[in-house]
Amino acid sequence: MVTAADAQLEISRPTPETLLIRLAGPWVLRRDLPDLIDAVERHAPRGAVRRIAVDATRLETWDSMLIAELRRLKTMCAAGGVEIDFAALPDGARRLIDLATATSERPPQRRSQGRHGFRVAVGVEVIRAVRSVGDMVGFLGETIQALVAAVRGHARFRWVDLLQVMQEHGPAALPIVGLVNFLVGMIIAFIGAIQLERFAAEIYVANLVGVGVVREMGPMMTAIILAGRTSAAFAAQLGTMQVNEEISAFRTMGIPPMQFLVLPRVIALVLMVPLLTVYADVIGIFGGAVVSLVKLHLSLTLFYQQLVGALSMIDWIGGLIKAAVFGVIIVLSGCLRGMQASRSASAVGYAATSAVVTGIVFIIATDAVFTIIYIVLGI
Amino acid sequence: MQSAAPPNDSPICDFAPRDGEAHIQVRGLTMAYGNFVLQRDLNFTINRGDIFVIMGGSGSGKSTLLNHLLGLNPPAKGQVLFEGHSLWDATPEERDLILRRVGVLYQSGALWSSMTLEENIALPLGEYTNLSERQIRELVGFKLALVGLSGFEDYFPSQISGGMRKRAGLARAMALDPEILFFDEPSAGLDPITAKRLDDLILDLRATLGATVVVVTHELDSIFAIGTNSVFLDIERRTQTALGDPKRLRDECPDPTVHSFLTRGRETIEAAQ
Repeated sequence: MVTAADAQLEISRPTPETLLIRLAGPWVLRRDLPDLIDAVERHAPRGAVRRIAVDATRLETWDSMLIAELRRLKTMCAAGGVEIDFAALPDGARRLIDLATATSERPPQRRSQGRHGFRVAVGVEVIRAVRSVGDMVGFLGETIQALVAAVRGHARFRWVDLLQVMQEHGPAALPIVGLVNFLVGMIIAFIGAIQLERFAAEIYVANLVGVGVVREMGPMMTAIILAGRTSAAFAAQLGTMQVNEEISAFRTMGIPPMQFLVLPRVIALVLMVPLLTVYADVIGIFGGAVVSLVKLHLSLTLFYQQLVGALSMIDWIGGLIKAAVFGVIIVLSGCLRGMQASRSASAVGYAATSAVVTGIVFIIATDAVFTIIYIVLGI
Repeated sequence: MQSAAPPNDSPICDFAPRDGEAHIQVRGLTMAYGNFVLQRDLNFTINRGDIFVIMGGSGSGKSTLLNHLLGLNPPAKGQVLFEGHSLWDATPEERDLILRRVGVLYQSGALWSSMTLEENIALPLGEYTNLSERQIRELVGFKLALVGLSGFEDYFPSQISGGMRKRAGLARAMALDPEILFFDEPSAGLDPITAKRLDDLILDLRATLGATVVVVTHELDSIFAIGTNSVFLDIERRTQTALGDPKRLRDECPDPTVHSFLTRGRETIEAAQ
């Protein structure tokens, strides 16, 4: 006899061919219930009995736990060709067992195969990455088509939307862009100061900060901040619209979503990212100047004079062209992932994450390409 | 016309009307996502003035079929003809022309969430007509009144209830006085009274505007209340298994799946007992 706290299980063998299970006490959801299957198998090894009967006269209360055990017993018996008799069980319990053992629907054939090996996984990821580049290029093409339609004068979007996007993703980003670039300017100046002090060439900190910030760090840091802020927002907005079928509604109304949703965002950011970058450059240089003043005791006037000599218009324009391109990348990665979102809530979260990742990867890759182009052109 | 051994593409119960003017024709349509074939060999005709019901269990491809009828999804095989013209092969300009004669009510209403109800309805009007702002405002007021939402012009979709959103979606679908109205699960998520009212509204619209109506639904009450013609998509066989008036299909179709669908499985259960 197996005894738990109070649920009891008693197994006897009235004839060599039958097994009688007596259930007593409360059989409810708890951890220390006797193991029914284990007990049966111990009393009657597979194939030893032909019939199992259950006696429940002393059973007090029961719930799903008992049914789950009995269901397992029933399946086991069915597999071993053993007859099982539940007639003595309470009506409700019998009906539940019948319901649970009734043939359930066949699960439909899976669309994709389950698990694969490591090599297949690598292949799948590579194909996905290549496809992602293709997607971006295709999306860029569609955007250009929309832009052409806009230039020809039959673009369909609302100016209100454009102004709203400009407000939300321009001026509203000033504090964070300012803070990050101020710190980046300081870091560059610090690193430079330590190295240049050894050669007594402290004054060149101004050159380092100026060129570093205007050509590289200003545009790139601004773009990366906006990739996190704006791409994610766009992906979430468009993803939610996809979930609500709002994008399909645009399509069936004959209003191209590329024109109505993507175009104002592209225009807004192509204007806003360079403007934010100018601001970021100024703040970044100021951060560098503060460090030179405090650490190297270079006066602000001296720093400024050195800076003016170090920076040419080309540096500024080169940086701003990059910034405009980054703006396009930020919008495209956000909108592309949003439009690709499938129709579920988790898809929106996935779209936002993947938009930020796509955005940052493309920004840094594009920055590398720009650097090479500028070097080759001798700019 | 059924032969003794029906070819693979003919439905089991074909009660489709033999007369009437075809509005939309589906010819040998196969719908697939990649290699996964959802439905194959669909052949049916939606006549002018029909209230055509697309029926089938969950996952049988009803909504996907709707997207094919609208030209949003490319057919894997076969064609969808809109007054004899293929939607998918049309140039974007032709497609726009066809689509402006079509109104769609999506399952959730699909109102554009960043715009007020008035702006939602005014947008297609502004896109496709050169009406003055005053005219547009009047039309918007009229459409909203038709669906019982006068005075809600300045509300955003998030500020009204689900049933109201659906009605507002209907007002937007009717903005351009379409010849064909598509409804994706119109009564899903509505209480029985609101659902009944929407059914009545659909009947009224057909009577007054003379529009063809295509409804995707599995609500039996709606199907029998408004449907004049239908197609049944079988999820197991992955093709259509019945065509025609749903009431007649319920009474006369011998196919067990169709029959049990249209009788809520009542007789199948009785038979099993």
